[in-house]
Amino acid sequence: MSDFTSNFWPILITAITLLGIFGCALLLWLTSKVKVTSSNDGTSGHVWDEDLREMNNPLPRWWVWLFILTIVASIIYLIAYPGLGTYKGRLDWTQEKQYQQEMTEANKALAPLYAKYAAMPVEALSTDKEAKAIGERLFMNNCSQCHGSDARGSRGFPNLTDHDWLHGGSPEKIQETITNGRTGMMPPMAAAVGNADDVKNVANYVLSLSGSMYHSGRAGLGKAKFAICAACHGPDGKGNPEIGAPNLTDNAWLHGAGEAAIIRMINEGKTNQMPAQGEKFTPAQIHVLTAYVWGLSNKAGKTEK
Amino acid sequence: MKDVSPTEAAPKIQGKNATKTLEKTTPLTEVVISLYEAQEKIYPRSTSGFFTKWRWVMIWLTQLFFYGVPWINWGHRQALLFDLETKRFYIFNLVLYPQDLIYLTAILVISALSLFLFTAIAGRLWCGYTCPQTVYTEIFLWIERKIEGDRAARMKLDTAAMTTKKLVKKSCKHFAWIAFALWTGFTFVGYFTPIRALANELIHLNISPWETFWVCFYGFATYGNAGFLREQVCKYMCPYARFQSAMFDDDTLVVTYDEARGEPRGGRSRKLETSKTLGSCIDCSLCVQVCPTGIDIRKGLQYECIGCGACADVCDTVMDKMGYARGLIKYSTQNTMTNKWSHKQMMQRILRPRVIIYTSILAFLVSALLASLWLRTPFRVDVIRDRGVMARLADGGMLENVYRLQIMNGTESIQHYQLNATGIKGLLIEVDGTEINQDVIVKPAESRWLSLRLEIPDGSVEPGSYPVEFEIKSLQSKETVTEKSIFLVPR
Repeated sequence: MSDFTSNFWPILITAITLLGIFGCALLLWLTSKVKVTSSNDGTSGHVWDEDLREMNNPLPRWWVWLFILTIVASIIYLIAYPGLGTYKGRLDWTQEKQYQQEMTEANKALAPLYAKYAAMPVEALSTDKEAKAIGERLFMNNCSQCHGSDARGSRGFPNLTDHDWLHGGSPEKIQETITNGRTGMMPPMAAAVGNADDVKNVANYVLSLSGSMYHSGRAGLGKAKFAICAACHGPDGKGNPEIGAPNLTDNAWLHGAGEAAIIRMINEGKTNQMPAQGEKFTPAQIHVLTAYVWGLSNKAGKTEK
Repeated sequence: MKDVSPTEAAPKIQGKNATKTLEKTTPLTEVVISLYEAQEKIYPRSTSGFFTKWRWVMIWLTQLFFYGVPWINWGHRQALLFDLETKRFYIFNLVLYPQDLIYLTAILVISALSLFLFTAIAGRLWCGYTCPQTVYTEIFLWIERKIEGDRAARMKLDTAAMTTKKLVKKSCKHFAWIAFALWTGFTFVGYFTPIRALANELIHLNISPWETFWVCFYGFATYGNAGFLREQVCKYMCPYARFQSAMFDDDTLVVTYDEARGEPRGGRSRKLETSKTLGSCIDCSLCVQVCPTGIDIRKGLQYECIGCGACADVCDTVMDKMGYARGLIKYSTQNTMTNKWSHKQMMQRILRPRVIIYTSILAFLVSALLASLWLRTPFRVDVIRDRGVMARLADGGMLENVYRLQIMNGTESIQHYQLNATGIKGLLIEVDGTEINQDVIVKPAESRWLSLRLEIPDGSVEPGSYPVEFEIKSLQSKETVTEKSIFLVPR
């Protein structure tokens, strides 16, 4: 009972509880017999409205025993369980212990299932109906907040159903991402690229890579400046999964498509993070979740593309 | 009807020293009275006659239903099964889910109103003829009578010293009671877990601990209530017994002693004609002996009276023997007794405003319940807008919103559903993981979650929030359920 800041409260609670029980017993004893001014005709002696009198209709005696039984039960309960201030009870029961016990039991019941899944490769697991259902629940409870319940993400949160992977889409890479998280960092490149006009030129060159609408003159001028970007994104702009540099030649724009968005990215850079989930799950759960995520873009358990 | 009002209390107090009219002249003395007393055992004498016959008819009807219905099968399952584990209530071809709680509420309201109606017409009809407390007490009394004999024999046996014969009789009685009680407990549990499987488990002695506990628990409740507590349940525990006076009026048919005709009571020789000095009541006390709650109906209506009519039956046989007219104790109304109404006048008063109002409310509720059950769509749909994704741009310049849709198939067959969404011009619906033509298949009595996207061409409408409606149509029954949600278009 560390929640109590002062000794006064546990003492007060104990006193109120015990006084309450004692009071009930006392009341029961005191009221079992009453002295009444009566005509000995079976009335309780109370008269209202001139002639309305209350009859004495005694309760059966076994009723008293029910009262006594509740008093006895409350005392036994208070001895066995923590109810009196800081007293811990003979059974030493706590909510936390019960929770731990139930968790242990549940984990024990699930252990053979997860053991079976852990032994299966991701490819096979991604088509297992039961494992998929478990994976979906894990995803809904832990991943859908950012990636969306259909796993298609939104601005700033990658789409997991396509084949565009910042850090690689192999089962091993996905598992690594879930366990350790990822930090994607694009440094502000404005100074390196040059003036605002240079930035605009580079942006138009980037747009040209994916076949988006672009200004061909500016793109031509920007091509030379792109050499700075190629360090990470590669000379062909196809990115580098090893360092999480996105592919600029496809139509997936995590932080927004169009010239304005690209200019802002070059000027300001961006740091984006996927938090590590390793602490939250058991390795077997991560394995199941990996299979679910991998299966989102690789239907029928085969690697696509 | 003043006699039953709680403040005035029942005129019956501790039996003998009760007086019907309180005399103001009794001297006042200081006495100590106990608020608790040892309960006196009641030995109701057996009866026969019109009301007794009706009670046995009701006992047979209710108990044939109770013990019989769990054994009826409907298709591949029990016809009436309240499966608490899977939270499904099977009532013949109806399957109810926790979401259908409103029907339970409606049934409870209807039951309460029916009770009001019956009470207004003829008092405690429910108590005297169909209440399980009465029914099981009557059955247990029948067993007791078959083994120990009628009232006098039972009283004698209870006061007699313990002999082998007494021991045998008592053991036989309790054995029969316990056997019957356990069967009752077993049947009761059979409403919540399939009874045939339960019987099979019982035969092979591998019944689960919880099932054993509940069978014994309800068995014990039956044994205790019908064997020992009996009228005390009605007197001290039943709330209906206490508030029924609020539903009585002067035109309610209740078991009534015709005081004007019966008094002054007194014993007499059978040959004597109705004496000039004595009324019809020969003071044989049979009406007290047959009473299951141990009251004397001649003191007027009392709150203990459960309206079983046993006293009326036994009094009629006495009147027959004496050659007097029947009906010294009968179902009658306060108004009839005071105004000396004829039977016809009394019956006409049944259709009074109170009864008509109760009946019309009841009729309305019953038809509302039936209509609602008839119109009930056997599937439910829930739409939740994905909170993680406000809106996003998708391939082909489409603007997407994401939704989670839950379809619960309440039927016992596989169902196909077709989804549609309306609300904005050019609204498209894309469903993940569906079969051809966005045809959603849901297994019997299962629910399925789907994630789906609504799409409009980006820039086709002004930024803002637009109401959209999902239409889910069952391809089998052609029923449609509509669910509302919103579509967000960001700036």
